[in-house]
Amino acid sequence: MTVLLSASGVVKRYGGITALHGVDFAVQAGQVHVLIGENGAGKSTLMKILAGIETPTEGSLAIDGALVQLNGVRDAAKRGIGMVHQELNLCPNLTVAENIFLLGSGSTLLDKDGERDAARGLLARLRQTIDPDRRVDTLSIGEQQIVEIAKALAEECRMLILDEPTSALSEAEVEVLFEVIGDLKRAGVGLVYISHRLEELLRVGDAITIMRDGRIVANRPAAQASVGWIIEQMLGENGKLQREGREPCAEGTPVLTLSGVSRGRDRGGAALEDVDLQARAGSILAIYGLLGSGRTEMLEVAFGARKAEQGTVTLCGQDITGLSIAQRVEKGLLFVSEDRKAQGLFPNLDVGRNMALSDLARFARAGVVQPEKEVSAIGQMIARLGVKAATPQVAITALSGGNQQKALIGRALMPGPAALLLDEPTRGVDVGARAEVFSRIRQLAQDGLAVVFTTSDVLEALAIADRIVVIAKGRITLDVAADQASEAMLIGAANAERAVAI
Amino acid sequence: MNTLAKSISEKGKALATSIEPQTAEPQGKAQAMALLLKFRTVLALVVVVAIFAVLAPNFLSLGNALIMLKHIAIVAILAIGMTFVILTGGIDLSVGSIAGLAGMVAGALLLDGLRLSALGVVIYPSVPLMVAMVVVLGAALGLFNGLMVNRFQVAPFIATLGMLYMARGAAMLMSNGATFPNLVGNPALGNEGFSWLGAGMVLGIPVPVWILAIIALGAGFVAARTTFGRRVYAVGGSERAALLSGVRVDRIKYAVYAISGGLAAVVGMLVASDLEAAHPASGESFELSSIAAVVLGGASLTGGRGTIAGTLTGACVIGVLGDGMVMVGISEFWQMVIKGAVIVTAVVLDRLQERLG
Repeated sequence: MTVLLSASGVVKRYGGITALHGVDFAVQAGQVHVLIGENGAGKSTLMKILAGIETPTEGSLAIDGALVQLNGVRDAAKRGIGMVHQELNLCPNLTVAENIFLLGSGSTLLDKDGERDAARGLLARLRQTIDPDRRVDTLSIGEQQIVEIAKALAEECRMLILDEPTSALSEAEVEVLFEVIGDLKRAGVGLVYISHRLEELLRVGDAITIMRDGRIVANRPAAQASVGWIIEQMLGENGKLQREGREPCAEGTPVLTLSGVSRGRDRGGAALEDVDLQARAGSILAIYGLLGSGRTEMLEVAFGARKAEQGTVTLCGQDITGLSIAQRVEKGLLFVSEDRKAQGLFPNLDVGRNMALSDLARFARAGVVQPEKEVSAIGQMIARLGVKAATPQVAITALSGGNQQKALIGRALMPGPAALLLDEPTRGVDVGARAEVFSRIRQLAQDGLAVVFTTSDVLEALAIADRIVVIAKGRITLDVAADQASEAMLIGAANAERAVAI
Repeated sequence: MNTLAKSISEKGKALATSIEPQTAEPQGKAQAMALLLKFRTVLALVVVVAIFAVLAPNFLSLGNALIMLKHIAIVAILAIGMTFVILTGGIDLSVGSIAGLAGMVAGALLLDGLRLSALGVVIYPSVPLMVAMVVVLGAALGLFNGLMVNRFQVAPFIATLGMLYMARGAAMLMSNGATFPNLVGNPALGNEGFSWLGAGMVLGIPVPVWILAIIALGAGFVAARTTFGRRVYAVGGSERAALLSGVRVDRIKYAVYAISGGLAAVVGMLVASDLEAAHPASGESFELSSIAAVVLGGASLTGGRGTIAGTLTGACVIGVLGDGMVMVGISEFWQMVIKGAVIVTAVVLDRLQERLG
C-alpha cells in the first residue's frame, strides 16, 4: 500500500492553547481513512493542516515520502489535495454550473456551454440529475451538498478530505455518496472521512482513527472496530453513552393538530397532500422522512413560516391557521430551525441575549428591559438545559454545535410554550452532545410539553420518540407508536407511495 | 476540461486561504493594538482637535466650540436616526430631502398657514404645534419608506432613493424653487418664535445642541435598554432568526424608518429656523455625511453592530474636521479629498479590528 500523505509529530498551538499534541497520521492511496472525535478533539485542526489552510507549529508533512511544506490551500491543491467543508460554501444567486466553475476558465471569456456540459458530467458521476442551470437557492440543502462535492471533484485530486459530508443528506443520497467514494477508491484516491454517524463510518471506512483532546487515542482497521468500541474510545473514561430506558409518556390531550393540510410545490419547497398530524401534551412525536419528503414543510406550515392552500392548524383547540408567526409564538407555539447558522443564531448577540429574545416582553417594564429579571431567567434556562458557556456574555458563535442547539432550544422554551417544533435538532451536533440534547428534550416532554421533531435518522426516531409519523413525497404513509415500529417498517414507509398497513 | 477545472479550483482555494484566521500575536502588543482599535474614533477625534488647535488659534475658543457643536448637531441628529436604520441592515438615503421638505413645510405653515378649503378657513398653528405637525410629516414619509421595504419588498437603498427624489421634488414644487424668507412669524397670528429653535441659546448653549443632547440620550437608552432596541439588533443580526423567534420584523422596520424620517424633519426645521428662511435645496447630501458618521462610529452596514455613542463620536469627527479645515483655509476641493480618505481609513481599521477581535 502506498502512503500518499503522512503527518508526523504535528503540534499546533493557538496563542497559549495547544490544539494538537504531536499527532501522526497517514492517508493511503485507495483507502478511506475515517477520523472520529467529539467537537474540539482536534479533527478540524488536523484536516486544516493537511489541506494547507493552517501551518503546523511543530512537526512535518510528507507527500509520497518527500518532506513538504504546504504554502496555503492553493499549494495543497496543486499537489492534489482537496477538501469539502462541512459548512456549505455556495453562492445562492448563481447556477449549479456557475458554482462548480466559480472562477471561470483560464481565459477571460466564459465557456458557458463547456461549463454546463462538464457540470452535467460531474453530476452524472454522482448519479444525480440536478439541472446545471438551476439556481443554487432553489436546491434543497442535500442537493447543495452534492453540488459541493461535485465542485471538489471538478479537479483531479489524489486525496480528498470530506468533513461531515452526510450531515444534510437523506439516506438515498448517502448511498449515492458511498458509491462515489467507492469509485474514487478504485481510482486510487486517498480519502479522509469525518462524520458523526457511526454506522456509516464502519461501512465506508478502511481504517479508523479516533481523536480526543488533541491526541490520537486509538487506531484500528475498520474490520476490527465496532460502534461500542468507537464510542468508548471517543468519550474516554468519563462518558459511556447512556441509552436510557424510555419511560413511555401517558398520551395527553392533543395540543397541536394539522388536518387536511395540502400545498402545491413552490420555490424550493416540497408539496404536501392532505396531511394530518396530532401532537399530544407530554409526548414526543418524530416525523421521519427522506430529504424533500415534506417533513420540514410540515413544521413550517404548522408554525406559519409557509402557507398552505388547504387545511387547518389548531393549537390547544383554537384555530390558528390564519395567524402570523409572532401571534403563534404568543400563543405558545415555538420552532427551532434546522439551519442554525442562517435561521437560528444572532451572531452579533451573546448567548444570553440570543436566548432571551423570544420572550423579551416578560423581562420588560414599559418597554425597558429589566436586567435582573432577564439575567435570572437566562441563568435558569442555561442550568435547565445544561448549556456549556463560561458566562451568558460569551459570543454564541464561540459555542460548540450541541451547545448552540441547546441555547436555541432554550430560546424557544423561554415563553413557556405548549408545543415545540424542532427541525432536525441534531444536525451538526456530535455524538456525545446528541445524547445530551435528546435527554433534555425527553425531560421537556415529561414536564408536559408537546414536542415534534423531524429526523432523517431511523434510530433517532426509534430511540427518542413516543410516536412516529413517516412522510413520503408529501403524504403521511405511516403513523405508529414508537414501541410498535421497526427500522425496516420506517424505511419501507419512507419509500412508499401510499399509506402502509402496520 | 481538467486543466480548466484545476485552475479554477486552485483559484478557489487561494481565495479560501486569504480569509484564514490570523495567528495570534504576542499577548501584550496585541492587547494594546486591540484597545487602540477599539477607541479609534475617539482617538481620531482627539487627534483632529489637537491638530486644528495648533493650526488655528481660535479653534479652542468657547465661541468656536459652540458654533462647531451646532454644526455637529445637524449631522448627529440625522446620524442617530440613520443608526437605527443601519442597525436593521437597511439604509435611508432620503433624510436630506426629507429635511429639505420639512423646512419648506414649516416655512409654508408659518407664512401661509394651513388652508382647509372644505371649511374655507386658514389656520395658523402655533410654533410648537407646527413643529409637531412637521415631525409627524417626516415620520409619515419614513413610514412610506417602511411600506416599500416591508410590503413591496423593495431594497431599502432603492426605496429611500425614490423618496430622496420625491421629497426633494415636492420641496421644489411648494415654492417653484423659491426660498421662503423671513420666517419670524407674526404676533397677530400668534406664531412667532420659530427662530429660537435654531438660533436660540439656553444657559449659554445653542438650542440645537440641547436638542441633540436630549435625542442622543433618549436614543442611547432606547438602543441599549429597551425591548425595541434589542429587537433592532436582532433583526440586523439575522432577520430570519428574528422572524422565527416571534419578532414582528415588519413593525421594527416601520419604526426605524419613521424615527429616521422624524429626526430628519427636526433637522430640516433647525436649519430653516437658524437661517430664518427655508430653501428647497437645503439638506442636499446630508444623507451622505450622516451615513459617514454612522460608519465612522463603528457600525456595520450589514446590520446588527453599532452604537449611538459611536455615531455621536463619528459625527463629531466629521463636524470638527469640516469646520477645522475651513478655519485653516484648506481649499474646498482638498476638504472633500481629506473627508473621503478619513471615511475609507475608518472602514479599513474597522475590518482590522474585526479580524483581531
